[in-house]
Amino acid sequence: MYSEKVMDHFTNPRNVGEIDNASGVGTVGNAKCGDIMRIYLDIDEKGIINACKFKTFGCGAAVATSSMATELVKGKTIQDALQITNKAVMEALDGLPPVKVHCSLLAEEAIHAALWDYAEKNGIVIEGLEKPKTDISETEEEEVY
Amino acid sequence: MNKKIYLDNAATTKTRPEVVEAMLPYFTELYGNPSSVYEFASQNKKTVNEARDLIAKSLNAQTQDIYFTAGGSESDNWALKATAEAYKEKGNHIITSKIEHHAILHTCEWLKKQGFEISYIDVDENGILKLDELKKAIRPTTILISIMFANNEIGTMQPVKEIGEIAKENDIIFHTDAVQAYGQVPIDVEELHIDMLSASGHKLNGPKGIGFLYIRKGLKLSSYVHGGGQERHRRAGTENVPGIVGLGKAAQIAIETMEERTKEEIRLRDLLIERVLKEVPYTRLNGDRTKRLPNNANFSFQFIEGESLLIMLDMKNICGSSGSACTSGSLDPSHVLLAIGLPHEIAHGSLRLTLSHETTEEEINYTVENIREIVDKLRSMSPLYEDYLKKNHIEID
Repeated sequence: MYSEKVMDHFTNPRNVGEIDNASGVGTVGNAKCGDIMRIYLDIDEKGIINACKFKTFGCGAAVATSSMATELVKGKTIQDALQITNKAVMEALDGLPPVKVHCSLLAEEAIHAALWDYAEKNGIVIEGLEKPKTDISETEEEEVY
Repeated sequence: MNKKIYLDNAATTKTRPEVVEAMLPYFTELYGNPSSVYEFASQNKKTVNEARDLIAKSLNAQTQDIYFTAGGSESDNWALKATAEAYKEKGNHIITSKIEHHAILHTCEWLKKQGFEISYIDVDENGILKLDELKKAIRPTTILISIMFANNEIGTMQPVKEIGEIAKENDIIFHTDAVQAYGQVPIDVEELHIDMLSASGHKLNGPKGIGFLYIRKGLKLSSYVHGGGQERHRRAGTENVPGIVGLGKAAQIAIETMEERTKEEIRLRDLLIERVLKEVPYTRLNGDRTKRLPNNANFSFQFIEGESLLIMLDMKNICGSSGSACTSGSLDPSHVLLAIGLPHEIAHGSLRLTLSHETTEEEINYTVENIREIVDKLRSMSPLYEDYLKKNHIEID
C-alpha cells in the first residue's frame, strides 16, 4: 500500500518530540477525523529554522508526512519553509495512495500554523502567510478508560 | 517470531485441509452437472443434498429449507429484498439494528429508495439490542425484523431468543445474519423462532464463494436468481458442487469440534483480554465481556490511531483489523463503535483480534507483548497523549 520511503519514515520517524519554549507551535487536524499533527519550530534571530519537531496522531501516512515535512523544513528560512507544498512532501515520499493525499495537506498546514504562531508571538507579519484553516476541535470532552 | 500469527478469523479463515481434500474430486473427476441424467453426474444431486441435510440438522431445520448461495452477502440481500417484495401488500416497514453488517444496512438503504421504511434500533454500550425499543418500533405495517446473531466487529451476541419471541408474538418474519455465529455457537431455529438465517462458508474454515440461506417452510419468498430449476426454483444456476461439498465438510467439523474448540478459544481469548487490559493503560474492551463470540476480542487504545497499529503489528507478523476510518476508506470510524457510544477519537484507535482453533498461548503472549510496545511507541508520538499528560501533570520517563 505504501512506498518504501513512507514505510521508512513511518517506522523510523525523524524529529519526533517537543521543543521547550519553541519559537512557534502549530496544531492542525482533529481527532474526529483521525488525524492531528503538531509541529514545533525553533527559529533563530536570522529567521532560520534551526530545529523542527513533531507529534502526530494518525495513520502511517500521517506520521510519514509529518516526519518528511520536518526534514524539509529544517535549516530553511521562513520564506523557503513557506514554499514547501503538500506536493513537495508527497514527492519526497515517492507518492501516497490517493486516499492519503489529505495527510500531506495536513503537513503543509501544520508548518503554516507553526509559522503563524511564531509571527503572532513576535508581532510580525510573514508575507504570503494566511491564517491556517483548521485546528483541533475543542468541543468534545476527553474520556479516559 | 517468523511464523505468521493470524488473528483476523472474523475477516476470513484458513480452509481446513480435510475440506480441501473433500472438495478436490469434484473438480476433476466428479465434475458432472447435478441436473444431468447419467449416473456420475446425477450422483452429485445426492451429494449436494447430503450437505444440505447435514446443515439442516445442525440448525434443527428441515432439509428442503436450506438454500445454497454464493455467500453471506447474497443471503442477506435475498432475505431482505425478497421479503420486502413478497410482503409489500401487508406493509412497508422493516426493523433492523444500527450495528448490522453493511450487507444488511446497504440493502436497507436501497429498500428505502424503493419506498420501504426502515427503523434502526439502538444498542447499549456493550452492543446488545435494546429490546424495549424493538417492541416500541413495531407497527401494524412491520413485515420483517432482521437482527444479526453476533456482531462481526465487537463479537457481541444478541438476545436472539427474545427477539424471535417478539417477532413471533407479533406475526413478523425474523431474519438473522448468523455469518459470524454459525459454527461458533449452537443455533436451533425452532427454539429461537428464526424464520430466515444467513451463513457463509469461509467464516468456518470452509471455502469462499459459498453460503446458504435458511428459509422456513411457508414463507412466500420469490426467486432471487431466475433461470433453471435449481434450489427448488428459488435460486437458479448450476450448483457449486465443490463449494457445497466444502461447506458441508466445514460445517460438519465445526459442529463436531465446537464444544472443545470454543472452550480453548475462550480460554485464550480471556487470557488476551485480561493481559491487554492489565498491561496497557488507557485501554477498553469493546463489546460485552461474556455475551461475546468465543474467538473475538476488540480493544480501543486511547490516544493512538488504528491503522498505524495494524501496520506495526504486521511488521511483527501479526494480522489483525481495526475500525479506524483509515482502514475503511472513509472519514468516519466504524458505525458499530460509534453506535456503542465511543467518541470518534477512541473509535479510531480500535483493534480487533479474532482467534482460531490453531491459535496458541505462545502466539497470544507474543501478541500482547508487541501490542504493549507498539502502543507505547505510538503514544510517545501522539499529541493527544502529550496534552493528556500535561493536563493531568503526569510525568513519564
